[in-house]
Amino acid sequence: MARLLRKLRKKSFNVCRVLPVRSACGFTWSAVWSKFGFKRKPKTKRSKRFLQGREPKLNENIKNAMLIKGGNANQTVTQALKDIYSLKKPNAVMYKKKNITRPFEDQTSLEFFSKKSDCSLFLFGSHNKKRPDNLVFGRMFDFHVLDMIELGIEKFVSLKDVKNSKFPEGTKPLLIFAGDSFETDNEHKKLKSLLIDFFRGPTVSCVRLAGLEHVLHITALDGKIYFRSYKALLKKSGCRTPRIELEDMGPSFDFTMRRTHLASDDLYKTAHRQPKALKPKKKKNVSHDVFGTKYGRLHMQKQDLARLQTRKMKGLKKRKGEKAEGEEVEATTAKKAKTQ
Amino acid sequence: MAACSIEDVLAKAEREEVEKLKSISVHKEQELEFDPGNLFAFDKNPPNIREFRKLNKDEFLRSLARDNTQLLINELWKLPTERVEEVIVAKLPEPTTRLPREKPVPKPRPSTKWEEFAKLKGIQKKKKTNLVWDDVHKEWKRRWGYKRANDDTKEWLIEVPETADPNEDQFSKRIKAKKERVAKNELNRLRNIARGQKIKVPGVGLAPTEQQSKTELGKAIHVAKHSTASVGKFQGNLPKEKTPKNMGKKRKFEPLIGDFSAEKQKQLDLLNIMDSKKPRIDITKAVNKQMREEDRQSGFQKRKSPGKKGRKGNFSGKGKAKGKGKKGGPGGGSGGGNSKGGPGGGKNRKPRMKQGKR
Repeated sequence: MARLLRKLRKKSFNVCRVLPVRSACGFTWSAVWSKFGFKRKPKTKRSKRFLQGREPKLNENIKNAMLIKGGNANQTVTQALKDIYSLKKPNAVMYKKKNITRPFEDQTSLEFFSKKSDCSLFLFGSHNKKRPDNLVFGRMFDFHVLDMIELGIEKFVSLKDVKNSKFPEGTKPLLIFAGDSFETDNEHKKLKSLLIDFFRGPTVSCVRLAGLEHVLHITALDGKIYFRSYKALLKKSGCRTPRIELEDMGPSFDFTMRRTHLASDDLYKTAHRQPKALKPKKKKNVSHDVFGTKYGRLHMQKQDLARLQTRKMKGLKKRKGEKAEGEEVEATTAKKAKTQ
Repeated sequence: MAACSIEDVLAKAEREEVEKLKSISVHKEQELEFDPGNLFAFDKNPPNIREFRKLNKDEFLRSLARDNTQLLINELWKLPTERVEEVIVAKLPEPTTRLPREKPVPKPRPSTKWEEFAKLKGIQKKKKTNLVWDDVHKEWKRRWGYKRANDDTKEWLIEVPETADPNEDQFSKRIKAKKERVAKNELNRLRNIARGQKIKVPGVGLAPTEQQSKTELGKAIHVAKHSTASVGKFQGNLPKEKTPKNMGKKRKFEPLIGDFSAEKQKQLDLLNIMDSKKPRIDITKAVNKQMREEDRQSGFQKRKSPGKKGRKGNFSGKGKAKGKGKKGGPGGGSGGGNSKGGPGGGKNRKPRMKQGKR
């Protein structure tokens, strides 16, 4: 039995415990082991909970965003990143130092960062002569880049420049898209999906009606995309629904669409696939009619109506005396018939 | 007269209603698409470009935004509300916009043998408390684990049952039984994992592998030979088969109190050996062996060193072999300079990741 145990141990994963020794050349045993599918087992309950939080689940966590500065990022781009970070707090991570990468050429470093900080959305800002004031919005599926869209900032008004009262961070915004090109053009459609994903915030079941203050309005007009952020004031109207007055508040951008990197249709299909368990279960054999009456359906086996158990009528039961009479009468009639 | 007044009143009421609704109603050519679950609205109407160019851009955008927001708020106010701690809260439906997932759908964990049996029989899991009252120690102790309640291996007094052998150690018997239970549990756990990952594990004997070495084959033959009712005692050998000797214990220890004369003789022989002038090892042989070893080591170092000059790391088997090949050609120095270009440029299997600076 001990021999069997040893053989089984060799074949089961997650059993090795290796110390992560970092050498000068950047070679780690953990990297080698992870290539073979061996992971370090968590030693404390806290770390186990942390790792379970990062696993794929049926109902997913809120998507985190990472905001990265490129090799040469000027004042505009840095301020833009900071503003979007404040809109996205606390589900965002801001990388303070510059990282010299080019998202459209090499995505490996972005994927590495995403794996380390468990972020599936990213925003990369850079500036050069060919593409001034550049922002790349992107999202990941399974820590690989799903799609990226590059937007150039034409005009930018920061949060600081607009002197108004702001609202607390973390409020779920009302997203409004306007413009028929979001319906017709494929790239605009993907941009719409990306921006919804980016600014959506956590999925909640109830929302406080008085707290709906933040409004993000994105218009596609004249080849450009206008991104505006307002604070909504709910004024009294005659009836229950209030009248809205908008106050210009947050960062406002005028974007132009530059390059895009979209995934193949198959990858989109896989990414959009929802698990079966989340689909609402249909209740069978129940129907409602126009008046609201609920009808149910029962399925029964075939019944032998001849052997059906009905109510017993004691009065109709044949008694002993009556029975004998009946037989005699029958017998005499039979004899009569024979003799005749 | 009264009729007129009633009509007037009704007309006035209607006008007031219309006035009220005016403030919140917005006229649009096409209805907006709403997704209240996401607080999202989509206006498909093509915006009026001429007006946009005439007016101030921001003003136009703001009025458009106001209209759209009004419609969205109207939609949200239609949702059912409830009062939660002095706050009016609207219940949102499920979001209808399809957005991609972050990570792929998780695969369901393969169920264990017990779980399948429980499902079959309809056995429900009963939630048990973590702590159990221990009467002996008069305190609450864990149900299982370190310092658990009712631990029978930790008892200081065990009554010897009448049917048991008086010389048997009851304490070690309990400890052994516990060890066997633990081993059985571990075996079942590993078997469950193997079943989950579809790895074939045989009940008895050896697991089959692709390339079997001489020792593995020998072991397999041995196991097969001894798997009979009389444990292989009456199994004959094949024509050229040799019975393997020394199967079993690798070391033999003498009993403590055995042959006294043999022990004495052994000790005296040992003393003689220590006394004698003749060395026990063959010196020439040992020296030759050492020299061969040293030569091998130095040769190994020389092969590694051109790699060391050129790059600072990324030690891979391929690098070493290629470095060796290159050593012959252009020579040590240039071979060293090119060595990163060779294996590195050819197949950059693992690109060097710089830890992202935050």
